[in-house]
Amino acid sequence: MAETLATQPGAPHGAEAHRAAAAAGGKRRDFLKLVTAGFAVVGTGAIAWPFIHSMNPSRDVLALSTTEVDLSPIQVGQAVTVVWRGKPVFVRRRTEQEIAAARAVSLSELRDPQTDEQRVIRPEWLVMIGVCTHLGCVPLGQKPTDPKGEYGGWFCPCHGSHYDTSGRIRRGPAPSNLAVPPYAFTSDTQIRIG
Amino acid sequence: MASGLHQSEFTNPVVRWIDARLPVFTMMQKEYGTFPTPRNFNYLWNFGALAMVTLLIMIATGVFLAMHYTPHVNHAFDSVERIMRDVNYGWLLRYVHANGASMFFIVVYVHIWRGLYYGSYKAPRELLWMLGVVIFLLMMATAFMGYVLPWGQMSFWGATVITNLFSAIPLVGDSIVTWLWGGFSVDNPTLNRFFSLHYLLPFVIVGVVFLHIAALHVTGSNNPLGIDPKGPQDTVPFHPYYTAKDSVGLVAYFLVFAVLVFFFPNLLGHPDNYIPADPLVTPAHIVPEWYFLPYYAILRAVPDKLGGVVLMFGSILILFFLPWLDTSPVRSMRFRPIARIALFLWTVSFFVLLYCGAKPPEGIYVWLSRFGTAYYFAYFLVILPLLGRFERTLPLPESISRPVLRGGGPLPAGAAAKPMEKA
Repeated sequence: MAETLATQPGAPHGAEAHRAAAAAGGKRRDFLKLVTAGFAVVGTGAIAWPFIHSMNPSRDVLALSTTEVDLSPIQVGQAVTVVWRGKPVFVRRRTEQEIAAARAVSLSELRDPQTDEQRVIRPEWLVMIGVCTHLGCVPLGQKPTDPKGEYGGWFCPCHGSHYDTSGRIRRGPAPSNLAVPPYAFTSDTQIRIG
Repeated sequence: MASGLHQSEFTNPVVRWIDARLPVFTMMQKEYGTFPTPRNFNYLWNFGALAMVTLLIMIATGVFLAMHYTPHVNHAFDSVERIMRDVNYGWLLRYVHANGASMFFIVVYVHIWRGLYYGSYKAPRELLWMLGVVIFLLMMATAFMGYVLPWGQMSFWGATVITNLFSAIPLVGDSIVTWLWGGFSVDNPTLNRFFSLHYLLPFVIVGVVFLHIAALHVTGSNNPLGIDPKGPQDTVPFHPYYTAKDSVGLVAYFLVFAVLVFFFPNLLGHPDNYIPADPLVTPAHIVPEWYFLPYYAILRAVPDKLGGVVLMFGSILILFFLPWLDTSPVRSMRFRPIARIALFLWTVSFFVLLYCGAKPPEGIYVWLSRFGTAYYFAYFLVILPLLGRFERTLPLPESISRPVLRGGGPLPAGAAAKPMEKA
């Protein structure tokens, strides 16, 4: 741009002086271009963000994020499935054998090493999000008639992941253990998830 | 004539008035009338036109279906059943739309295979080919989101599995999935945005198709011999020669389409999708629609989550690089005796993967999927680059017209080569 200005025919001043002015103008022009481009990028981002963020969970969706569960009707060896944030949550009252089996496993055997103690608040109650960590199917194993996989816990029918009695991944494509949601005992027979 | 107006050659005064101000008639005449097209097309060259017609059918039926559909988790399934039972000809619109998706993929797969066999991706048509891959990706996204809308069990769990593919991305995966869902599971916000995007993307496809055809009309069409036309003796005007040939193919295509819609409308669907979505129960055997099965098989062939996802997307993205992976200067496989066998085996591997994708991921099917996946990639990454250097190709014919018009080289002024007066 500066060069075309410098070589324009009929320039009134001496060529040398003109070229010097043009060079200085070039620097000013570069600065202006950079500032304009910078503002354009920031402006585009600022305009794009509301659109992008509008697709994130809205306030009413976020507001639905606690669920209370009454544990009193659940007998030893039984399990219930409740809904939290639209996902199934497995609540299982484990037997002594299941707890013992989960605690007998050495960490070196696990793909996602976690002790059973880290996954429960009270050993009897195992609370997990019932969503396979591979691609989001609901594993089988809640009903007495369901296949429970080779480790006596849960089995995902979609792509064949096996979970143990602590909900830890033991075999199959899933990368990690069934997630434990944040929860707390509000009394001896009630928990609040979320 | 005033300056700035286009010098129209049309004689009809109304057409001429418009054409002088907006030369759309001249453009249509140039691009679809007299457009010089290689004279030796076979019926595989019908499939671009068939794809275009199918896209228009999908948009037309889709717009009318949207007038009766309710994108809400409590009403979506029932509104689709209402379309089937109560809306006048609703069953026809829906069956044409649902089976139209399958027909669209059949047509596009043949169209892509035609390009692979005759080397249509090679210079100077690289960008034309890449635009085609973009269309293919957009089609896959559109088809996936459309399948979610009836909100049956397969809709819901298909959406769950496919969106969860993005959770394989390190660090930001889970945030991306939450963003895609608009919540913490596939739910009403997900259904709403999928409906919005399913309505939008076909028009984006129309835009990219326009660019695809614009690029085609710069380079001109490839042909079964893969050699460039050397003059008017090698080409015929698009109209009436290929408008007529495309029409013949279209009639045959509509016959197949009609048999599917009227006699086997649920052949390619899954009975599970007539069960309303239940977020707490995954069907025992979930499979995607048939046209996604090869990629699903690749996903499951890899025992690692991220690896499977990368290979699955890679199996499509590799097509973008095909023009540079195939280093042979000869386009048509008619003259490539080894590459032709390699492509035939690639086609077999594609069907093996398609078959395995529908089977449970255990035993022999896992190994078949792995062999299929290995060959699928080896064809692009090993075989084609090596064949470009070592293959001994057959001699190319002197020109397109030479084998047809016996006894001589270029004709001075073949009757067929002259543009039609009417056209």
